[in-house]
Amino acid sequence: MNELVFFINNVVIAGCVAGSIYAIGAVGVTLIFSIMRFAHFAHGDMMTFGAFMVLLLTTLFPQAGAAIGIPTPLIMLPFAMALTAVLAVGIDRAFYKPLRAHGVKPIVMVIASLGVTLMLQGLIRLFAGTGGESLYVDDRKEIFRIPLPIEGVRVPVVITEPQIYLFALTLISVVALHFFLSRSRLGKAMRAMSDNPALAQASGINTNTIVAVTWVIAGGLAAIAGTLLSLDVTFKPDLSFFLLLPIFAAAIVGGVGHPYGAIAGGFVVGFAETLAVFNWGILLRPFRDSLPEWLAQAGNLAFVGTEYKIVVPFFILVAILVWRPTGIFKGKVI
Amino acid sequence: MPLLDARDVHGGYGGMNILNGVNMSIEADEIGVIVGPNGAGKSTMLKAVFGLLHVSQGEILLRGEPIHNLPPNKLVQKGMGFVPQEYNVFPSLTVKENLQMGAYLKPGNVKRMLSRIYEFFPPLYDKRHQPAGELSGGQRQMVAMGRALMAEPEVLLLDEPTAGLSPLYMNEIFERVKEVNAAGVGILMVEQNAKQALAIADKGFVLAAGQNRFTDTGAALLADPEVAKSFLGG
Repeated sequence: MNELVFFINNVVIAGCVAGSIYAIGAVGVTLIFSIMRFAHFAHGDMMTFGAFMVLLLTTLFPQAGAAIGIPTPLIMLPFAMALTAVLAVGIDRAFYKPLRAHGVKPIVMVIASLGVTLMLQGLIRLFAGTGGESLYVDDRKEIFRIPLPIEGVRVPVVITEPQIYLFALTLISVVALHFFLSRSRLGKAMRAMSDNPALAQASGINTNTIVAVTWVIAGGLAAIAGTLLSLDVTFKPDLSFFLLLPIFAAAIVGGVGHPYGAIAGGFVVGFAETLAVFNWGILLRPFRDSLPEWLAQAGNLAFVGTEYKIVVPFFILVAILVWRPTGIFKGKVI
Repeated sequence: MPLLDARDVHGGYGGMNILNGVNMSIEADEIGVIVGPNGAGKSTMLKAVFGLLHVSQGEILLRGEPIHNLPPNKLVQKGMGFVPQEYNVFPSLTVKENLQMGAYLKPGNVKRMLSRIYEFFPPLYDKRHQPAGELSGGQRQMVAMGRALMAEPEVLLLDEPTAGLSPLYMNEIFERVKEVNAAGVGILMVEQNAKQALAIADKGFVLAAGQNRFTDTGAALLADPEVAKSFLGG
């Protein structure tokens, strides 16, 4: 049974953590693609920017959370979301909008977003330095050890405070996004524009408004993902940049342009990663006596080493692009 | 004052002129039909009226007010509705959501107009929760017309509403066009099925090479042997 708890800690919880972050990131990427038809590579750095804003605000007002009883970074998250949304709309106005007005090909937009990536990374490094920093400036990161009430189980289920907040916020974001897209006038207009931009315009939908709303949502979600990731580990200027690959893999696995697909894709990629690096030998331990010697003696039975984790989303990405380019939910082909 | 008045309209794509001086005018209670051979500029003219094409010379007036080169969303506000020939529904949105999008600028209209559209196109009521992309061609055309009517336009532009439809649906759509017109909406439509379209037209405009060749009442054009010989297939 201890092995099972180990599995829960290392695969179920870790998979949910990675999956949630990929899902929130991929929803932003997929929304941007469905409205503006280009792959937004600067998304990872918008996430970092959101986390950086939280770090900045938390450093400025370290005591803010103590009054209410929740960690200060979470109090600062809504402000950081607003600031990241403003940044996203600003970047669009400054860089993407002039290009759109010229009617450039999507690849030009992609390259422009790569430029924005480098610029944002440079800016964040300039102010935040290159090292890692904990977002818990004045608070303590709670770690919950939940012992299971089963005889013979000594290992507790371990979950940290930011992980609980991550799951809660992921759930809230997904539900909120669902209601926004399916019930609100603006959300439906967004789906309409994703379906058929020319007809949306012919219906009187102001496409500039929809573009701005898309950036606000994508920016806000990016700030959530970046902050919760930095809370779970530490803040680093290049942290989210390395998530670009799994996030795009998630968006493509789900079917580009499908927000629900992106969420599913995020969890598929997150769990694929954790399952691939999990040492399956641990689960075999209780049956050691009945196993053939070569299997019982094997030290590490993971599919790939932890250092090769990034290979997993890459493999998924290539496999999906080759065998099912439209993804699970029949999205658009990038 | 005519509802819609286009005078000497020139325009085209990327420097290439397709329209070389088109004139047409319809009154508020009229159906205007544009016919002509392929490449005559029929759909292009409709696009020019709806602000989808740059008008380089001439003018287009809606109730006397110049509207050429205004963006489409402004024209919707001013009372114009447009049903494109292709890609005229939002395929992943339900029928009801498609119709709601038509009244995007007039959210107060939605409830009242939805029930009117369902009365007008009964098949749509049964399919209101189905994605529009799953409907048949004729039903899609109904969704497309319904969407444009949701904003209660004064004038409705239809680009080949019967293209690719079976004869049964074709007659149905022509009937609906007549009813919409009887309800007080001016119609300007492009049609390949010239004989049937001219039969319901108050005004007909036969275009060729981006210019008016014949302009008369629908009945007169149908009776004109020269029009019949060159444009209606004898």
